[in-house]
Amino acid sequence: MSPDDLVAAVIAIESGVAKKDLCDRLAVNVLPETLLKFMQRLHDDPQLAFDMLYTHTAVDYPVENRIELIYQLYSVKQRHYLMVATSVKRDKPEISSVSSIWRIAEWHEREVYDLFGVLYDGHPDLRRLFLDDDWKGFPLRKDYKDDFMLERPE
Amino acid sequence: MSIRVTTLDEKIHEIPTNESPMASQEYFVNMGPQHPSTHGVLRLVLKMDGETVREILPVLGYIHRGIEKKGEHIGYRQFVHLTDRLDYLSALANNWAVSMVVEKAMNIELNDRIQTIRTIMAELQRIQSHQLWWGVFGMDLGAFTPFLYGFRDREKITTILEETIGARLTMNYIQPGGLMFDIQPDFAKKVKEFISYFKPKLEEYETLVSNNVIFEQRMKNVGILDAATAVSIGTTGPVLRASGVAHDLRKDEPYGVYGKVQFKVAVGSVGDSWDRYRVRIEEMRQSIQIVEQLIDNIPEGKTLVMKPAIKIKLPAGNYYSHIETARGIFGVFVVADGTDRPYRIHLRTPNFNNLWAVTVTAPGWRLADLVTILSSLDIVVPDIDR
Amino acid sequence: MGVITEKLPIYIEPMPGGSMVLTSMDFMINWAHANSLWPLTFGTSCCAIEVMMAAGASNHDLARFGAEVARATPRQADLLVVAGTIVKRMAPILKTLYAQMGEPRYVIATGSCAISGGPFVFNSYTTIRGVDQLIPVDVYVPGCPPRPEAFFYGLLTLQRMIKEGETVRKPGIRRKPVMAALPEGITIADIQAELAALLDRNATVNVPQQCKERDLDEP
Repeated sequence: MSPDDLVAAVIAIESGVAKKDLCDRLAVNVLPETLLKFMQRLHDDPQLAFDMLYTHTAVDYPVENRIELIYQLYSVKQRHYLMVATSVKRDKPEISSVSSIWRIAEWHEREVYDLFGVLYDGHPDLRRLFLDDDWKGFPLRKDYKDDFMLERPE
Repeated sequence: MSIRVTTLDEKIHEIPTNESPMASQEYFVNMGPQHPSTHGVLRLVLKMDGETVREILPVLGYIHRGIEKKGEHIGYRQFVHLTDRLDYLSALANNWAVSMVVEKAMNIELNDRIQTIRTIMAELQRIQSHQLWWGVFGMDLGAFTPFLYGFRDREKITTILEETIGARLTMNYIQPGGLMFDIQPDFAKKVKEFISYFKPKLEEYETLVSNNVIFEQRMKNVGILDAATAVSIGTTGPVLRASGVAHDLRKDEPYGVYGKVQFKVAVGSVGDSWDRYRVRIEEMRQSIQIVEQLIDNIPEGKTLVMKPAIKIKLPAGNYYSHIETARGIFGVFVVADGTDRPYRIHLRTPNFNNLWAVTVTAPGWRLADLVTILSSLDIVVPDIDR
Repeated sequence: MGVITEKLPIYIEPMPGGSMVLTSMDFMINWAHANSLWPLTFGTSCCAIEVMMAAGASNHDLARFGAEVARATPRQADLLVVAGTIVKRMAPILKTLYAQMGEPRYVIATGSCAISGGPFVFNSYTTIRGVDQLIPVDVYVPGCPPRPEAFFYGLLTLQRMIKEGETVRKPGIRRKPVMAALPEGITIADIQAELAALLDRNATVNVPQQCKERDLDEP
């Protein structure tokens, strides 16, 4: 599918889906409430067939009080690529888990919980991945303070 | 919605249900972070029933250094040297991925000389990485000779690369805008000597390990990963290709000069350890073929098209680039805000997904087979933890 | 072994000629220890490939120094080569491994990460800045990663430390030959003169002038 057709087909799936600017590849913005249904359609539709989740990560915007979640999808059958972005509120970061669609999402979501504090509804095994279970705080947030960490002098 | 966060202790203390009269034999074994065959600091908590593995819980974080957080405080050119330390056996390929992101975002045009040398270096490093994998694979299965043979031949490539680059392991050579140094005058001659030395050695490797009945029986039909699961887990590289899915970035999204050379992509059929083994041996052959086609016609030109002293500032936006390393697809995702430091840099590492494959394929096998499966997936642990 | 090193010196030393016997005993025991160090297979990240695997493989052979018997369990090893970064989660495990090793035990810290934290000193919330905050270290081998030859130099320095510095009368206390790493032709007086020049508060480096002398572009 050509990039324009792909974007048009993806936007037509749900309301609230819009093209995202300032990205070097195809990207769309989605509302967090409709995320699970949208991802299920992306995976099951034979024309789109996004069967591989390359990576899932998050970006912290404390000024705008949101954490943006990024999903990068690829289709092995159709050989096209799509980036899906959605935002959750920074003080109540909860969203549905997509681990029922792609199995690796279980680990990616554990990593995002570990480093950003985003909670996933429907996750089978939500616990920290890299840090100790009793670590306080979420290190990759912009306002993370730690006595142990040494700041680089400018 | 009520979301519950658990801990590792809770998972270990779950009482197993009595499914069979032998269920009272289930116990947890810790294959701890210091272990000769876990390829780094990987801790596997195994739920076992006698000698059979029932469930695997990998525990990560024993080499988590916070590279992504560090990336937000240093510039792009300094970040390149940190990527050497992730998957240190494909250091040049990791450098190339970061350089690719910066060059695409700033629209820098590279000349053919840079692209050709980058491709040759990446392929030499692929051969080097598979040689080490072959040596360590033999050692994990109990044979020490492949280790010595693999390292003997690996040193030949290391010496060639060291003459040009200056380092043996953490290369930091492929920079945004070109290469750090120009290649030595006798680079082509040495590489050709190495190729003519190594081709019969590859046949020797086949005779030693591949035609050995014991290895064959330990690898055939052990740890089968079918294609649908492999794609759902997001495995890439030889692990995915051994399961039958022909996804190779060098053919699907060619970068460098891969679009101009002839080579085949090795694809397996069953997805067991034997297929993963054969795919990597075949990849070594194809890499030799690629280097042979390129080594005689390296075009002339400059090796650095961007002055190294300037501060690299990417225009605001999201950028993603990826390349195929020896283990899979290594991707770099950058959120830039116009300054000389990335706002967020995320690394998509191949070993993160490949490790998950062991939790899916190993249950049901014995402990010794677990070591075979883990070794055939070719994991480098600092790549997972970053 | 315990009787020879713990009980016998107390009886032999007061006897006439006892010190000579003890010195010969020191020489034999130290010679045996130094030439057959058994390392523990411990490597966390990149240094493990160079220092542990490449040094033990065919081209740079560790067996010629007697140290190729790498044991997987600390109970049977006496040399702990810390190769790689140590993070907070790994620290208790390193301490357990060190505690499990039997006396006499030696530690070589190889690579920048084990010496001081390496490239991960700043802005890393988990890296321990130097393994000597956790366990006592005998020899430091710098490099990122150090070449196998550099690691061998460190190993030979450790062997010299053992041969010259250990005695059965004071187990665990080793005299450090601090200038073991001094290259040929350099004396202590040279080093002291250079240090004095560095500490001179009026000494300056004029970068633009030096660039002009060497025909370089100014920064």
